[in-house]
Amino acid sequence: MESDVYACFPQWANYSCAFRFIFEKGFEVNYLTPPPITKRTLEIGSKISPDYVCAPFKYCMGCYIEALEAGANCLMQIFGACRLNYYGELAEQILRDMGYKFNFFNMANIDFKSPKSILENFKVINPNASLVKIGMALPVTIKIVKTLDKFEDFIRHNVGFEINDGEFDKVYKEFLEKLNKINNKKELKRLNKEYWKKLHQIPINKPDKTIKVGLVGDYYTVQEPFSNYFMEKELAKFGMEIYREMNLTNTIIHSKFKKSLKTGKKYAKHNLGATGNYTVAEAIKFAKAGASGIIQVKSFGCMPEIDTMPILQNVSKDYNIPVLHFSFDSQTSETGVKTRLEAFYDMIEARKHK
Amino acid sequence: MKIGIPRAMLYFKNGKFWTTLFDELKIEYILSPETNKEIIDRGSKLAIDEACLPEKVMLGHVEWLIGKCDYIFIPRIEYCEGYEMCTRFLSLPDLIVNTFREKSPKILFYNITKNSRKGEYKAIKKMCKFLGIKRRKAKEAYIVAKQTQGYFEMFRAENQENLLSSSHKNKVLIVAHAYNIGDKYIGGNVLRILKELDCDAIIAEYANAQKCINLSKSVAKTLPWTYNKHLVGAIELYKDRVDGIILLTTFPCGTDSMVNEMVVRKYKDIPIVVLTLDSQDGSAGIETRLESFVDIMNFKKGEM
Repeated sequence: MESDVYACFPQWANYSCAFRFIFEKGFEVNYLTPPPITKRTLEIGSKISPDYVCAPFKYCMGCYIEALEAGANCLMQIFGACRLNYYGELAEQILRDMGYKFNFFNMANIDFKSPKSILENFKVINPNASLVKIGMALPVTIKIVKTLDKFEDFIRHNVGFEINDGEFDKVYKEFLEKLNKINNKKELKRLNKEYWKKLHQIPINKPDKTIKVGLVGDYYTVQEPFSNYFMEKELAKFGMEIYREMNLTNTIIHSKFKKSLKTGKKYAKHNLGATGNYTVAEAIKFAKAGASGIIQVKSFGCMPEIDTMPILQNVSKDYNIPVLHFSFDSQTSETGVKTRLEAFYDMIEARKHK
Repeated sequence: MKIGIPRAMLYFKNGKFWTTLFDELKIEYILSPETNKEIIDRGSKLAIDEACLPEKVMLGHVEWLIGKCDYIFIPRIEYCEGYEMCTRFLSLPDLIVNTFREKSPKILFYNITKNSRKGEYKAIKKMCKFLGIKRRKAKEAYIVAKQTQGYFEMFRAENQENLLSSSHKNKVLIVAHAYNIGDKYIGGNVLRILKELDCDAIIAEYANAQKCINLSKSVAKTLPWTYNKHLVGAIELYKDRVDGIILLTTFPCGTDSMVNEMVVRKYKDIPIVVLTLDSQDGSAGIETRLESFVDIMNFKKGEM
């Protein structure tokens, strides 16, 4: 590609495949897949972030620095209903104060009512951006996101019961690598079909009655495996079936917000802000579906999630289901998380035999 | 019917408006007492550990009111002056219902969900309908209450302008949310210590809201929260006429955690100190920090 722009969005689950597609096919710039998050990412991020800002901001900052080091020159940030709304501006200010040179595409700047403002902001990424091309790439991008979410849901339900360890991981990794190279809808469809079949062919030993656990929590922490210390993997090791509704498909593409408000009506009559209502509704849904436990995963100080905690405790009482709260910050110890999960598992086992 | 108003959070912003409204509507109300140790301790026990200090204070006040009145008045405000609010003000009624579920208190609230100029009036009208008050009476009461609040704020802002132009002492701008600086138990200590150190406290929150919000756009363009916009704008308004700035926040305030960082980065040629308070603070630590802050201000003044 001729463009000398290297765009990068912070690491967020496996969605970089989708971002790559829209930037390379829609905006016609290069996309730099952010380096995977490591301890160093978090360390750098916490060092340059304010003290008690929520952990996702620290991850984003760490990712930005590592992306800049890897050669990115166009960074971006989305907006949301909580502190996320201000992420972009503050991140840009901090990085500029550090002396980095880059373009910053901040979605909070866009006035979505005016097409002119949208186009103007898109031009930050590529001065020759064409809305037509972006419009054409968007449906495929959405399709990629949906495929990712579908695959991950399937894996989540079955990975705990695989006969040969690590097989799901291997197939999925292969799939992601190939997904990163597709050019059009046709290829996506073929890939989807091929690997969906491959996933189903993996031998599993799933009993009729399994221990089901529901994961709820704030947008970033519950989705990005590094920020919750690979909790889903840890849970799968205990042979649990994991459920999680929070992903891009269920929030932005097919918003379940109104449905969530209805489900959680008994506990919260109004919009709690950001992911609050989703958390409450998902917890109720899992409880009704016969889950053995619910785990709330959130970053320390997450504004909307804190206010759902008393509500979740009431849900726990009413449906007689244990709820475990996890607050992650930059200094949470891995062993501590493991110990708590072990205790949680033991408790669920003990309740089963009662 | 008796309504209980907790002396916490938005009371410090809209106190005059609320009390006048209920006076005009001839509805009896009681106010919870000034925050004290007992209320904070009770609130901390009731709240989630991570919750912010104002929320803990709020829960303490609500508990004090339960049993002493028929309804507890907790408005729910999503938008104010055209911008959004911290999510805490969105979830407050539901949070209180869930926290005190065993005692099942009745909550009275007006609910501003739309970002429009008439949003507040419509919400009040709806609340009055719930209370069985005629529409005309509700409108009259609303107008009187709104004007009272408006005059009160105007008077406060003018007083501050006079103080700024007449005072020859060290002038310190205190940037804090209304519910932090207004609450004597939280912000009162800082005001007392500043007085002892012979400084005049200029309170950012007293400045005209609309003017400040417009000014804030030049400092922080995409800042989403009304109250933080107000405070940032007030810094821009007063910055040339004060000797130092105190950013007074409570732990762990979500919005302030980001905005303070921005302010510190934007205003580099004026002394700034960030004071973070929580429920267990004695005043000795604050005293030492403020003393040294005053020294810095004096040093800077002498140098120039």
